[in-house]
Amino acid sequence: MTAASLNLSLSRDARPILISASFIVVILVAGTFYTLSRLGTAPLLSPTYLLQQLQIGSFLGIVAAGMMIVILISQIDLSVPWTLTAAAMMATAVGGAWALPVGLGVGLLVGLVNGVGVAYLRIPSMIFTLGVNAVMRGLMVAHTGGFAPQTAATDLMRFLAADHSFGIPNALFVWLAVSVLVALILRRMALGRYIYAIGNKEAAAYLAGVNTRGVIVISFVLCGLAAGLAGVLLAGYSTKAYQGMGDAYLLPSIAAVVIGGTNILGGRGRYLGTLVGVILIVLLNSVLSIMEMPEAGRQVIYGAVIILMLLVYGRGERVTS
Amino acid sequence: MANSTLSEPAMSSASMTGVPSTGLVPRRSFGGDLLIRVRQNIGLATAIGLFCVVYIFYHLAHPKGFSSAVFVQNADEVFTLAMVAMAQTLPVLAAGLDLSVGALMTMVGCIASYLLSGAATPIEFTFGGTHHVLAVLPGGGVGIAIGVVVCLLAGTLAGFLNGCVVVFGRIQPIIATLATGAIYIGIALFLRPTPGGKIDDDLNWALTNSLQDLASTVHIFDDGNASWFAPFAPIPVPFILIVLIALLVWVPFRRSVTGRSVYAIGSAEGAAYMSGLHIDRAKLAAFTLAGFFAGCGGLFLAIQTSSGNADIPQAGTYTLNSIAAVVIGGTSLLGGTGSAIGSIFGALILRVISFFFRIFDIAPLLQPLFEGIILLAAVSIGALRVLRVKNTLELFR
Repeated sequence: MTAASLNLSLSRDARPILISASFIVVILVAGTFYTLSRLGTAPLLSPTYLLQQLQIGSFLGIVAAGMMIVILISQIDLSVPWTLTAAAMMATAVGGAWALPVGLGVGLLVGLVNGVGVAYLRIPSMIFTLGVNAVMRGLMVAHTGGFAPQTAATDLMRFLAADHSFGIPNALFVWLAVSVLVALILRRMALGRYIYAIGNKEAAAYLAGVNTRGVIVISFVLCGLAAGLAGVLLAGYSTKAYQGMGDAYLLPSIAAVVIGGTNILGGRGRYLGTLVGVILIVLLNSVLSIMEMPEAGRQVIYGAVIILMLLVYGRGERVTS
Repeated sequence: MANSTLSEPAMSSASMTGVPSTGLVPRRSFGGDLLIRVRQNIGLATAIGLFCVVYIFYHLAHPKGFSSAVFVQNADEVFTLAMVAMAQTLPVLAAGLDLSVGALMTMVGCIASYLLSGAATPIEFTFGGTHHVLAVLPGGGVGIAIGVVVCLLAGTLAGFLNGCVVVFGRIQPIIATLATGAIYIGIALFLRPTPGGKIDDDLNWALTNSLQDLASTVHIFDDGNASWFAPFAPIPVPFILIVLIALLVWVPFRRSVTGRSVYAIGSAEGAAYMSGLHIDRAKLAAFTLAGFFAGCGGLFLAIQTSSGNADIPQAGTYTLNSIAAVVIGGTSLLGGTGSAIGSIFGALILRVISFFFRIFDIAPLLQPLFEGIILLAAVSIGALRVLRVKNTLELFR
């Protein structure tokens, strides 16, 4: 009874965020019980450990922020893995003061190509970004010869990704900056309104005078920039770029966005949800690694959690007319 | 507009002869009818045409072109992708997407690497420190037959689970299959943490070579030397299997009410519901059949490589290539138009492109780049329709 009235008092978009936030607490409590009973320690409650996990999670968080914008306009960006890798490889290859701009430039360029293909050529993003991903992979294999490049990350990249200020990892500050920017765009700027409008019905947005193609291009550029930034940071964190460094970010970023309550068909969802979704996935991963869960079990739990969370609040409506 | 004017004479002739409308029109004018059919299946026709051109060119350029050995090799390499592409077609036709086909295929392959060794195999597992033996799979032909059936059932069941999550859970297919795909990969990793397993040598030999080798392995038609058998002897077995699966599974499904419902859902789900079609049943059937096709692919991959391998990147590549094959084969990602036959040709085109790298001296490092550019170009062909749109509103679906 109380649960029902609680749900009624919440807006539709707040419910997923609240449920996934409480699931984070469940994960923390269950993980702490496990470590207390097995090891007699509670690393999950130590701020140092949590900050370290969030530092690793900040790369996923930045990718997910970009992915969310694209999902909100009911598109998807499958080119993230090799955009991220290409940005990292180019940034380390150029080096010096230009490393960061070049990495972001790669992301911007790929986003621009994606946006033009989807908005102007009208090719479904699912397949166009897939093709762009293949091209980027080809370019990088040709560039590096298929090996991990010998180039190293610059000091600035190291500073942004691996160093600490005031005891807090700098990567978290970057993630925070990206989060504030995305939240501002979505909540306070006309661009954000357009993004939601296009996600709900592009034809209606177009008839209302929105330059829908331009907005779609901008959305893909933002997603590309986010992937590029994540690549540069990841290269800084691991001191170098390597083949396939972006592969582990595509599906988790989509999952984080969707767990956060964003509709995969677009037009609905809040950035806070994506933030919570990323933290949930990061903490779930760290608890599973504390438990020394083999990869097989991790995958099964990972899939089951996504399905269960969506069964609670992500169910679609029956199409009856 | 052009379609209706062309088909009108045919329609009126049907009503004049008083034949109950069965969908088949008597006394059709062959040329006109063919034209309509080509128009309606322009994507499929393009895919077939493109494939014929590139494949004939490939054989002309190949030093051993048009020989049975080359055909057999090509058929082996294309079979799994063709099956996975067929699997992907069904959810796409219903305006969905199945991101679990690669994982499902990998899982079935790992199961097959246990069941198809040809020797008596105990089905056993250790749980909670105790050892359980469920059953003993007999050796020889019976065991292999049971193993094949179990593998295909596992694939079908996994597909059915996908369908249940989508239909009863009402979760969007793309995200539901993303999650179930993780579960299937988890099961595959549980079964085969490292690549391994064993497939019966005769089974491997018989299914991955020409009909001649199949006949001599199972000792039929005078070990394949019967004179009437000679014209068929060089045909690759995987090719026959693709044709059989397409004709015996896809075509009947396509013509059934359920199959037509899948197309209707892809065109307009609301309208299909209001017309009294069984939406849930059709969606379940689409995902279940997708599981069956992907299972066939996984089974063959295990037989071909004679091992099971829970290779996550490979599963992802197959899933993504299956989407590309479906699109190149003329099926719209928006649903409602296309066919699994087209997807087979899409898979063939994708594979022939990579065959080209072997005969032309392209630096191996540039191959992924060329593959990517060709893939991007192939999927961009659909962009030509933008040039024909007169009203901008038509662009928005």
